[in-house]
Amino acid sequence: MMPAENIIPLFVAVALAGAFIVALAGGKVRWAPDALGNLFTLALTVLSVVSVLAVRQYGVLVYSVGAWKPPVGIAMVLDGLTSFMLVTVNLMAFIITVFSVNYMEKYTSKWKFYCLFLLMVAGMNGVIISGDMFNLFVFLEIASVASYALVAFGTERQELEAAFKYAVMGTVGSLFTLLGIVFLYSYTSTLNMADMAQVLIQKGGKDITLMVSVLFIMGFGLKAALVPFHAWLPDAHPSAPAPISAMLSGVLIKSLGIYALCRVFYNVIGIDQAVSSVLLFLGALSMVVGVFLAIGQWDFKRLLAYHSISQIGYVVLGIGLGTPLGILGGLFHLFNHSVFKSLLFLNSGAVEYSTGTRDLKEMGGLASKMPLTGTTSLIASMSIAGIPPFNGFWSKLIIIIAAVQAGRYGYAFWAVVASVLTLASFMKVMKYAFLDRLKEKWNAVKEVPVFMKLSMSALALICILGGVLLVGALNDAFLERATDVLLEGTKYAAIVFKGIG
Amino acid sequence: MSIYLLCLIIFSLGIYCVVRKRNVIKIIIGVIILEYAVNLFFVLVAYRVNGRAPIFSAEQEVLNMVDPLPHALVLTAIVIGLATTALLVGIAMRLYEKYRTFDITKIRELKG
Amino acid sequence: MSREREKGMSLIVKTITRLTVGLIFLYGVYIVTHGHLSPGGGFAGGVIIALSFVHLMLAYGKEKAFEKLSRAAASLFEDAGAILFLSIALLGFTGGYFFLNFISKGQPFKLFSAGIILPCNIAISLKVGAGIFAIVVALVLLEFELEEEKKEEKKGKR
Repeated sequence: MMPAENIIPLFVAVALAGAFIVALAGGKVRWAPDALGNLFTLALTVLSVVSVLAVRQYGVLVYSVGAWKPPVGIAMVLDGLTSFMLVTVNLMAFIITVFSVNYMEKYTSKWKFYCLFLLMVAGMNGVIISGDMFNLFVFLEIASVASYALVAFGTERQELEAAFKYAVMGTVGSLFTLLGIVFLYSYTSTLNMADMAQVLIQKGGKDITLMVSVLFIMGFGLKAALVPFHAWLPDAHPSAPAPISAMLSGVLIKSLGIYALCRVFYNVIGIDQAVSSVLLFLGALSMVVGVFLAIGQWDFKRLLAYHSISQIGYVVLGIGLGTPLGILGGLFHLFNHSVFKSLLFLNSGAVEYSTGTRDLKEMGGLASKMPLTGTTSLIASMSIAGIPPFNGFWSKLIIIIAAVQAGRYGYAFWAVVASVLTLASFMKVMKYAFLDRLKEKWNAVKEVPVFMKLSMSALALICILGGVLLVGALNDAFLERATDVLLEGTKYAAIVFKGIG
Repeated sequence: MSIYLLCLIIFSLGIYCVVRKRNVIKIIIGVIILEYAVNLFFVLVAYRVNGRAPIFSAEQEVLNMVDPLPHALVLTAIVIGLATTALLVGIAMRLYEKYRTFDITKIRELKG
Repeated sequence: MSREREKGMSLIVKTITRLTVGLIFLYGVYIVTHGHLSPGGGFAGGVIIALSFVHLMLAYGKEKAFEKLSRAAASLFEDAGAILFLSIALLGFTGGYFFLNFISKGQPFKLFSAGIILPCNIAISLKVGAGIFAIVVALVLLEFELEEEKKEEKKGKR
């Protein structure tokens, strides 16, 4: 057993240790929750970058928990897709904890916030590194329950109502996932993902795979907010405090929804024509419905939440195409969307911190008083609308080219239409919130404090430099490995078993 | 086969409660019934004909047992269900404090 | 003469509670420590331990229960249980693997066999017991706040 494999369980262990140490030290010392929370997320970010290097050097790493070899024991797998998702999740978590050092001053008991936040990060990391189906479900539930509590964090009227609806719908979705796992277990008598893939190849079994696919699309689709399972998202994301909205919209729906969907469908069950077409259709539907519903919104955060649905539709469209270029575009758009959607939600949080309102009709001309927020908001809006040379343009271009190459001209047309409408709605946001003339009541508004400025500038920098990820060595280490994992499909099983030995 | 059909009936009862009932507490009870149905189905999957409870003890030699893995997994799932229920009830109580009603059709501030 | 309302339940319930609460607690501890030999383990035993404190609160009123286990102490036990569990898992690294069973496994069916399962059960029971007691206290005491508001409203109207 190589010493490099030892970092795999640390992702969950460090996050959990952070959550409980913050809970222990939090109430007593004043500066402890901020410092400890940021320290732990910084450690997790460093670990995730190390994991990318480890995968580049060693290939697939498999860790057997407690020295019990799979298929008897629980396995944790680190391959290209895993390290890609780990970097996304932990980097965003670190930048958002830096933001919340200043933003959460308005709320009482900051240590409870950091404790729940680190639990949510632990759950997401656990979902990503898990190589075992029931382990995936347990960590999915940990992250979900922590997010229900975080949406209700401020205990105002709207937050509680949104949290209740989100909690009930999320629980029902998780139960569908559990039903799918039960059916798979009863058919294959094993819970390890690699073993399950091999048994499914040997035994065949088309009927049970069909029913399980439907259950998983319902369950994971609800977590990923695909239309028609999206009804909780426009209520939950605006009502939560701004760093939590950024975390939910930027990372949680991708890690719990899209990643789990990809892993289960590509590597365990094996993708086929029917599931591919369903994913394509749902992706295109989300794209179009999201952007049509978003244009008429006047609440800043609700508009951003509807755009989340639309952009997730792009990702699922890219992944559902099944071709190498399509999957590359889908995964790259997943990373880009984390970056610019988090930046947009942090901007809305900064605006709310300074002015106290989320209504676009009341704002006006804030760019003169809050220059950094205005500039980063402009960068993020151009990224999401797909204007060169920002990162959103490259990923959307790859998805549209992949759709045209695969012969799906209708989907490519709707992708272009949705992109144009996204541009229109963000021009509306910029005009009403930042440009235009300053209203008198905002004369006393100041720029936001230093930590919020730091985090927003860091994300804007990644937006500008995002296209670099498609070039050369970074592309090999990061995106190509992730696409290769999905393209191998069920050969994942053989690779994992070779990696245990 | 008829036992699994019974699980399906309990599951549909839970879905009916979550979708059609107006009182917040009844919706929570619907979620509890749903979790119960899924856990029951999981345990029933583990049954083997002429099997015994999967417990070793010092004197007895047991040859055929039911499958013990789902028992451990259902224990975990029950704990998860307990945590979710506790959170839902806490949110419901705070909801009553702010809105003064348990009727879900009246708790509708977020629209559009 | 006025008699203030007695807290808790009637005399019969209080007497029986005084006799049985200790036994319930002991039964919970038995289920926790024999978790690797007979059905039970950390979670079930933790729930029974929490229920003994809740029983005390139901029969005697919340002050008596808080004397035995205050809210701060419950919070501390919860954290201690979780950190103990995590440190046992991390100590497995000394044997080379996360969560390795590094204590020697003695003979089967004795109390001190099966390696780390016994300390893990104890840690889980601490966390679950304190957690469930805290949940019940939080849900019950919030109701008291609502009733206080209603009493104040009635006094204000008169």
